[in-house]
Amino acid sequence: MIEQKRMSTTSLEALFQRYKTAGWWILAPRAEGDITTFGEVDSPGDVAAGLIQTTLSPKSAVLPIWEELFRFRRGESGIEVVEAAESSVPTIIFGLRPCDARAFAALDAVFTWDSQDEPYLARRNKVAFVSIACNQADDYCFCTSTGGGPGDTAGSDLLLTGVGDEYLVEVVTERGVELAGIAGELFGPAEGMDKAAHLASVPVRFDLDRLRQVLPKTFDREELWIDQSLRCLGCGACAYVCPTCVCFDIQDEATRHGGARVRCWDSCGFSLFTLHTSGHNPREVQSHRWRQRVMHKFAYMPERLQVLGCVGCGRCSRACPVDMNLAEHLAVIAESGE
Amino acid sequence: MTGLQDAARDLLQSGEAAVVIGFGGGSAGGARPLMVRDPTSVGDLIFDDRCVHNLAVYLLKPEVKSLGKPAIVGTQAVLRSILQLASEQQVKDRDVIALIPEADGGVRRLETLGEIEGAVSKPDAVLSPEEQNCLDEIASLSREERWRFWQEEFSRCLKCYACRAACPMCYCSQCIVEVNQPQWIPVPAHPLGNMGWHLVRAMHLAGRCVNCGECARACPVDIPLNLLNQVIEKEVAEQFGGKAGLSATASYALSTFTTDDKDTFIR
Repeated sequence: MIEQKRMSTTSLEALFQRYKTAGWWILAPRAEGDITTFGEVDSPGDVAAGLIQTTLSPKSAVLPIWEELFRFRRGESGIEVVEAAESSVPTIIFGLRPCDARAFAALDAVFTWDSQDEPYLARRNKVAFVSIACNQADDYCFCTSTGGGPGDTAGSDLLLTGVGDEYLVEVVTERGVELAGIAGELFGPAEGMDKAAHLASVPVRFDLDRLRQVLPKTFDREELWIDQSLRCLGCGACAYVCPTCVCFDIQDEATRHGGARVRCWDSCGFSLFTLHTSGHNPREVQSHRWRQRVMHKFAYMPERLQVLGCVGCGRCSRACPVDMNLAEHLAVIAESGE
Repeated sequence: MTGLQDAARDLLQSGEAAVVIGFGGGSAGGARPLMVRDPTSVGDLIFDDRCVHNLAVYLLKPEVKSLGKPAIVGTQAVLRSILQLASEQQVKDRDVIALIPEADGGVRRLETLGEIEGAVSKPDAVLSPEEQNCLDEIASLSREERWRFWQEEFSRCLKCYACRAACPMCYCSQCIVEVNQPQWIPVPAHPLGNMGWHLVRAMHLAGRCVNCGECARACPVDIPLNLLNQVIEKEVAEQFGGKAGLSATASYALSTFTTDDKDTFIR
């Protein structure tokens, strides 16, 4: 049972101060020129207003674009390894959208699947989510096609829905109870607040069940994948703005004396992504790489990890230099028959 | 429009072209690159103000090359790119047919590099007033301030390489960022890795950039890469003359040495 409360929008300032006093670091959407990213904020006035969606996802709070896993050096008694110091602080991600909050389940599934990824979990366990429901959407949004919605509570600790000059506050998790408790006097009873009337309308773009039925049978339909991917340039923009893409590359940055092992984001769209040392590349053409991207998110992840690898935030399609519109392509696949 | 569609149909039906690289309608009322291989699909081709991509990038993509001879809807940026690619021996005479939509709805068909040379015009105002202001502002900064400006801009870089992928002149089959023995450019998107990549990208395009602006348009985090190229092109033109993309036979600054080259740029 999700408890509901109300809070005046003017109380945000006090809420932020309360969280900061309690030792939380607050990340929220911030404008950087024409783009928006999640960055540290001091007060609600720093938060970018009127956004449908940020340019970059909040993923980097738990999976930075690059990180040192450990350092190594030549010591007197051989190679010495120094683990990276764990430096994350308790962080509230504020003002993320319900689709983004949902995305962390996909990241968790990957990083806890066969082993517990310590650097990831160290950050992940210190993150809380205070999301804001969507009262507007654009042509790229398709959360309702991937099991979410503009007022979806899954993944959020607190979900705020703007209702006039107030927020309807939904306390979703135990951590949400804690976050509400820190500022209990800012909240009142939520009677008479109509959430549904204040949510964006996001049309369903494809039938997810149908897609999941059809997709595994399309592997050998070369023409379908070529047709969809001919204009794809093979860059990594879609993967790097995606809140659920987790693929990474391991690099050693070293001199002969020592160095660091580094984890960096990677993308299945790159031609080198699966290139073997032998020279063989199992995904030699862009159509196979595009197929992998779609299959990974909509076939392999649900099959193996019981979670969809997409939350319908639409960032990939907004960022694509050549307008590879994912929802449109998925609709074509779903309707293409078996 | 119908002129373009008719020309595309004729080319595909006669087998003179295996694919027409053009524009189709895209998301949110925009346009997108479109490859038409089937003559019955030429109705999807459009051409208007929304059609901004430099389609020449597709001419060297192996997936597109493997289809057979292309025809391409030729904006000025596309024509300049073809000529520059030709001068770098990447496109040969009669490798590609350019279709130039005319104001009256008709289409001019260019079969040879010579015809393309005749149709290309020197780019003048390639920057928007906003971009020009930004460039003027950068130019007024001190050397240290300029360095900080670009450090700041590059700090947003994700290393997604959309700038590289969208650039017709970035066709190296093995880009230097992918050479790892030795590792010239650090892979991570940290300050050194980003600065390394962007310096190499800008310098490798010196004298070759046709100033289509595609790198900046493709960038998901709005780094104004075209401004950097614009300045370099101006510098190269002043030092060595010439302008990329106006001739199919000209050699470009980075590949040429003459004894009367100026060396005033060495400071």
